[in-house]
Amino acid sequence: MFDWLFVSPAERRLLGGPRFGGPTPWVIAIMSFSIMLIAASGLALASTAALVGRSIEARYTLQVPGGGANLGKLVEAVRATPGVTSIEAVPERDMRQTLERWLGPEAQSAELPVPALIDFDATTDVKLTPLEQRARAITPGARIVAHRDSVGPLLHSLRLLQWVAFGLVLLLSIAAAAAVVLAARGALDTHRFTIEVMHGIGATDIQVTHLFQRKILIDALAGSLAGAFAAALVLLLLASGAALAGELTGGATLGPVDLAVLALLPFALTILATWVARTAVLRSLRKAL
Amino acid sequence: MAAVAEFDSVGLRYGTGAEVLRDLDFRLRTGSFYFLTGPSGAGKTSLLKLLYLAQRPTRGRIKLFGEELSEAPREALPPFRRRIGVVFQDFRLIRHLSAFDNVALPLRVNGAHDEDVEGPVREMLAWVGLADRASARPPTLSGGEQQRVAIARAVINRPELLVADEPTGNVDADMANRLMGLFTAMNRLGTTVVVATHDVGLINATPGAQLIRLENGTLVDPTGTLRNPPRSTS
Repeated sequence: MFDWLFVSPAERRLLGGPRFGGPTPWVIAIMSFSIMLIAASGLALASTAALVGRSIEARYTLQVPGGGANLGKLVEAVRATPGVTSIEAVPERDMRQTLERWLGPEAQSAELPVPALIDFDATTDVKLTPLEQRARAITPGARIVAHRDSVGPLLHSLRLLQWVAFGLVLLLSIAAAAAVVLAARGALDTHRFTIEVMHGIGATDIQVTHLFQRKILIDALAGSLAGAFAAALVLLLLASGAALAGELTGGATLGPVDLAVLALLPFALTILATWVARTAVLRSLRKAL
Repeated sequence: MAAVAEFDSVGLRYGTGAEVLRDLDFRLRTGSFYFLTGPSGAGKTSLLKLLYLAQRPTRGRIKLFGEELSEAPREALPPFRRRIGVVFQDFRLIRHLSAFDNVALPLRVNGAHDEDVEGPVREMLAWVGLADRASARPPTLSGGEQQRVAIARAVINRPELLVADEPTGNVDADMANRLMGLFTAMNRLGTTVVVATHDVGLINATPGAQLIRLENGTLVDPTGTLRNPPRSTS
């Protein structure tokens, strides 16, 4: 099945020309580079979306207006609610310290109404309405916000971007395949005389196709790996800013499965290019006697 | 005697032009030697193309090696082509391959391994006087040398049918005689030989050969019977 990969030097000489000659390896390298970067972005987005999705699914915030003078009572009320698994109070002063990063000293102004917050995780069967009623009895105006409601649009956008990235990977793969078809047709034109002679002495289409298939496989593999290597360098440079990214995304990174997918992409591109070239060459040969 | 080729009311036209070959009816007997002759433009090369399966007839039927091939699927043709050796008028050597690789090509297409190629190719190149030019590429060879490489390539596989289009056009008289000697020797071993030529001397120097004469795309013999060659200029 794969005997065409192992041809003699004499068979290699049939198509002549320098190894890696022509634009094919370069086109494939550029495609591979772009596909790798976009795929990495898509996978990172998917990972981030999954992480954000998991973290907000069961997370709620009890917003306490007026600085949370009864914060202790409210914390006890939340803790006593069946289904609450963890709780963390964010007092008004902590909120003001956080806001200082953006607002400066104004964040400490008494004229700025800053609520206290109680973040808590809960199981799906938690009864939020009674909890909110109890909280309002302690501090009027208190309300519970589900994170999935407030962060939902962002999550939706992340997932949309992820699919846009995968769509781009698909489009670039199709573009790479189209470039390979053009390259295969060009190679056929260049070697038309050799093909005619080979056909004349009894070579089959498969024998002729194997020569081109092997050449395009080598070109595509070289281009794919070169593009992937360049993309890996860029990704490593980007990873140097991973600490910041981690803060923004809550620690989402490319996991082992994502890395395996990325590592397989150049080979998938090579297989695609080889298959497309084989099909294009066979189709073209069938037009001749 | 069995026929290596049978033409039955064969006609050929290129595109929408007039027929270049008309109503060809003849049989080439296995193991015979034929000269194909006629004025330029008579259709000799077209007839040879039909013989070596580079062209399909636009009408009529052609049988080669006992098989009807006029409308055979193209996938069926390579095994028959391997049984035919062709010497083209323009040599059709692959420029970037050495003389050795050009001659070895039919063996390799036939699936021969490198160790089985070396000996026969060296022997054949020596026979056509090009043993010391094995690594030379066609552009560095003279016309006569290229023709000899083309002939060596055509006969290396010991074809059952050898078709040659003006095979001695670019070689001197001595080499022409040697090449015709090779064709004759192959014919004695059972190969059917068809040589298109204008060279009457060559025709007369090949006793026992038969003549196919074409004029304006038709066989010049009202009975369709192939004749022995004339002893004078045609």
